[in-house]
Amino acid sequence: MESIINRIDKNQFWKFHGGIHPPEQKFITENKPIRTLPLPKELILPLQQHIGQAGDLLVSVGDTVLKGQPLTSSAHPMAVPIHAPTSGKITAIKDSTIAHPSALKEPCLFIEPDGNDTWVKRNICNDYTKQSDSDLLQKISDAGISGMGGAGFPTYVKANTSAKIEFLIINAAECEPYITADDLLMKEHSPTIVDGINILHQIIKPENVLIGIEDNKPAAIKALQNATKNLDHIRVCIIPTKYPSGGEKQLIQILTGKEIPSGAIPSSQGIVMQNTATCFAIADAVINDIPLIRRVTTVTGLGLNKPQNVWALLGTPVNFLLEQCELHPHDKQRIIMGGPMMGFTLPSGNVPVVKITNCVLAPSAKEISDESTEVECIRCGQCADVCPAQLLPQELQWSAKAKDHQQLETLNLFDCIECGACAYVCPSHIPLVHYYRIGKAEIREHKQQEIKADKAKIRFEARKLRLERDKKAREEKQRKAAEARKAKMNSGTVEANNEMSAVAAALARVKAKKAQTSDTTSQDSTTEAAAKPKNPQIAAAIARAKAKKLANQVTDNSDITAEVDKTVEAKVENETPTENTADDKKSKVAAAIAKAKAKKLAKEQADEKTDVQNEITEETAVNDVSEADSKKAKIAATIAKAKAKKLAKEQVDEKTDDQNEIKEETTVNDVSEADSKKAKIAATIAKAKAKKLAKEQVDEKTDDQNEIIEETSVNDVSEADSKKAKIAATIAKAKAKKLAKEQEAEKSDNSQPDVEDTKAAEKKKRIAEAVAKAKAKKQQRLELN
Amino acid sequence: MAFWIASSPHNHIQNKTSALMRLVIYATLPGIFAQWYFFGWGNLVHISLAIISALVAEFFILSLREKKIPEQIFDGSAILTAILLGISLPALAPWWISILGAAFAIIIVKQLYGGLGHNPFNPAMAGYVMLLISFPVQMTSWQPPLQLLAIDLTFFDTLSVIFTSFTTDGYSMEQIKTHIDGYTMATPLDTVKTNLTLGLTIAESMDSTVIGENFGIGWEWINAGFLAGGLFLIFKKAIDWVTPFSFLFSLFVFSFIAFTFSPDSNASTMFHWFNGACMLGAFFILTDPVSGATSTKGRMIFGALAALLVFLIRKYGGYPEAMAFAVLLCNMSAPLIDQYTRPRTYGHKKEQNAEDNTNA
Ligand code: SF4
Ligand code: SF4
Repeated sequence: MESIINRIDKNQFWKFHGGIHPPEQKFITENKPIRTLPLPKELILPLQQHIGQAGDLLVSVGDTVLKGQPLTSSAHPMAVPIHAPTSGKITAIKDSTIAHPSALKEPCLFIEPDGNDTWVKRNICNDYTKQSDSDLLQKISDAGISGMGGAGFPTYVKANTSAKIEFLIINAAECEPYITADDLLMKEHSPTIVDGINILHQIIKPENVLIGIEDNKPAAIKALQNATKNLDHIRVCIIPTKYPSGGEKQLIQILTGKEIPSGAIPSSQGIVMQNTATCFAIADAVINDIPLIRRVTTVTGLGLNKPQNVWALLGTPVNFLLEQCELHPHDKQRIIMGGPMMGFTLPSGNVPVVKITNCVLAPSAKEISDESTEVECIRCGQCADVCPAQLLPQELQWSAKAKDHQQLETLNLFDCIECGACAYVCPSHIPLVHYYRIGKAEIREHKQQEIKADKAKIRFEARKLRLERDKKAREEKQRKAAEARKAKMNSGTVEANNEMSAVAAALARVKAKKAQTSDTTSQDSTTEAAAKPKNPQIAAAIARAKAKKLANQVTDNSDITAEVDKTVEAKVENETPTENTADDKKSKVAAAIAKAKAKKLAKEQADEKTDVQNEITEETAVNDVSEADSKKAKIAATIAKAKAKKLAKEQVDEKTDDQNEIKEETTVNDVSEADSKKAKIAATIAKAKAKKLAKEQVDEKTDDQNEIIEETSVNDVSEADSKKAKIAATIAKAKAKKLAKEQEAEKSDNSQPDVEDTKAAEKKKRIAEAVAKAKAKKQQRLELN
Repeated sequence: MAFWIASSPHNHIQNKTSALMRLVIYATLPGIFAQWYFFGWGNLVHISLAIISALVAEFFILSLREKKIPEQIFDGSAILTAILLGISLPALAPWWISILGAAFAIIIVKQLYGGLGHNPFNPAMAGYVMLLISFPVQMTSWQPPLQLLAIDLTFFDTLSVIFTSFTTDGYSMEQIKTHIDGYTMATPLDTVKTNLTLGLTIAESMDSTVIGENFGIGWEWINAGFLAGGLFLIFKKAIDWVTPFSFLFSLFVFSFIAFTFSPDSNASTMFHWFNGACMLGAFFILTDPVSGATSTKGRMIFGALAALLVFLIRKYGGYPEAMAFAVLLCNMSAPLIDQYTRPRTYGHKKEQNAEDNTNA
């Protein structure tokens, strides 16, 4: 540390790598005083004048503002306010081109000066040394002071460092050609600048204050030396002129020999750097309560008749400055804001002066020629020789052209300070910096995209998770719903019955026996059904009646539901194949029948004139049948007829039964329609069952019932032409007998044999056929006898 | 009003690649003058032929590649290549040697690799080596200095030899090379090398007529000429001083060590410096930025490597002149040298940079 000071005292400095000596051209303006300009007709104040945030507007269009009145405010640390540079009226708040390399448009305040230049009330502070650090910082912040040399970083943020600061460096190097703004300010206002330095010193408390100034400004050096004569802690360091010694990192290296690690800020190394113009503004703000509303701007270039440094109010359009300095433009006139090395060209003169505008350069055509054509890089390495960041510009250039972003980063593109030294010396006139800017922008964009892609990925993954979760939830819900449905079925409500009726129908035959035994309510109907039948088909109807009864039982006896549950699966299996295998014709017939039934039911349920309704339905059914050619259709029709009759009686009793029946019938139809053989078998089975039921239902009049059934079968036999009918009859009879016996024997054991029955239905039927025939004959004889 | 938009920096040195090339061309003049003075018109004829050939070849290729012909053809690089090749050729080599060499240098070595800035090898030297390998007889028939010739070699004699292999008076190349005393003369480097194989010491070789009072009649002046031209270029900042310095210093060191160990079998440092294409190579060929190393450290290594190769090839190689081979070998290693001599970027730690290098 001490050695650094020793070296400085001996005027020995470090060197930074590279650097160039472009023509200084400072002579154009350096010997003329800073000129005060008349008020422009309009001031344009971009709300955001520096990096960071724009403040919130305090004024609106039409407001009259006074000079120095704050126009924005914000609690955000990176937002410093802007102030009215003169008194006047806010005429507009709208987007306008600002001083930016890309000619961005940003919201700007338009002020029309009233010409009076009336100040707001100010508090002159005579002794800043009595003020607390926070008061001073507040004042600096309120005055809207941000770095006036480079990026425009809010000054109070920089000054408000908690780190231990070894060096406060005042950057007075002003290394860019042409610019003399700081030079003039130092010549004319050194005492004020030193006040500003002292204020900073008071806040930051550095061990040393170094003012770095290039040796090409002897008058300014003299002025500073005079102003700091009695201040031992401030050293004026006269450094050799070389571009870019005014770069923050370069000046630090020159004065202290330290390098700021890539990506770090100087305060991490115990260094804070401020610009001379900023120091002046600080003093002005703290002592005179003048916020940052004006600055010295070098208006220079041989394209002007009267190039000069001017006090430019912030917001002064560049056009006004050029007018005042008498621009005589040529074709391809460029107007550069900033110096020739790092400044950027302005698209129009309507761009306002902002806090960082230290120079407006209007070169003549000779001074700065048009773009010269770029030729191939000859790897001369001159660019690498002059690069202060010790980069390899030629390799960067290749990688930038090849868009090899990875290599660009390996070559530390982001350490490039865009000083332009490389492009300045390149004999092939390659606009190197331009390529780097593009490269940097691309990499940034790429990174942003990567971040976006990452986010999208995260989003996608989250979505996937969510979908999975949803799916699970849905499945869970479905499962629960299924359970609930089951539970509901089990609960035995009307709806449950409806739902279950199909099941019940399928199982009807199986369950019939058991059900019948436990039921006594439907006796009448069964008796009638049993007594009435005149042909074998009617027996089928009886089956349905039985099914209905079962339904009733289900309603009535919740204890059976458990069994129903068990057979739910069986039903599903039975039903689906039927539905699937039914071909068009069949399904049409079925549909017709179903329709008819539905109509019928509707009527039945609406009123109780059962007979009429039945006739109607019968007719419908018959019509349906006549339309169908097949045997099956006929069978179905007869079944339907039978059913209709039966229903006429049954339906009156209960509505729920009807509903059940619809399904039941459908099932029966399906069954009957499956194919003719099956249908017949089914019919016979149905008949048999009907008989059986008849027997069962009549609990105590067993003998009588048997007789009735016997009679029925006899009738069947005699009336039916077909062999099958006979067979069916016999089977029915046989079954009836068997069932009757079984039922009487045990109620609970019935379920199992029944299930077996259904399973082995066909086999049994055939076996039964022979037996039944014999029995039938026997019975017939008995009856006859 | 709307203003002209451009990217910073807005000012620029007035240097241009073509201007740089022109400067280099001017800097060859003292050497060429010495060559003319001591060896006659031969090399000037070859330089002219090579320039024509190179420009035609350049034009041909550029029009094939649809490049900006007028700008690139006269950027000076093709002309410089031709000049350097013409200087290096034996003065009385047949005419097609320079035509072929220049065309090869431009078409194959330069343009096929992508043109200016992309060629990994120095075109002139690559052309030279191609010729040397393909036409060893023509390429090793060196004309002795004029003052040692038995016959008078006029401008027309030279042209005649180059185009017909015989002088206007009918003398052949062999006869031209023959000393008045009847033996065939060679270059000083050749002489020393042959004499060493014959068992003569260096001191004895130094008595050879071709060597004269110092290091070789004519050759010492040619080298001095190129040295002067080179120093001028360094002074004008047209070339970097590092490579020539490193090369000459290293060559000095190597030959000095060898000479101190065995003065009888090793030529002196100055003999190395002022013979063959030493100075031409040091200031005009090794400094070719395109095929050289870019960083200062890299150039140090590049120059030293070239010196080592020149020394080894001169001493042990089959060919007496080593410059061209050394340059090509160095060209090959230049990318590697660059890779490992990347400067430490400001604000970056050394180790980290080394890591970067190995990663890259
Ligand atoms: S612009 Fe970047 S690469 Fe070029 S000299 Fe400046 S820091 Fe180096
Ligand atoms: S200065 Fe230009 S020509 Fe030379 S190496 Fe750099 S980029 Fe290539």
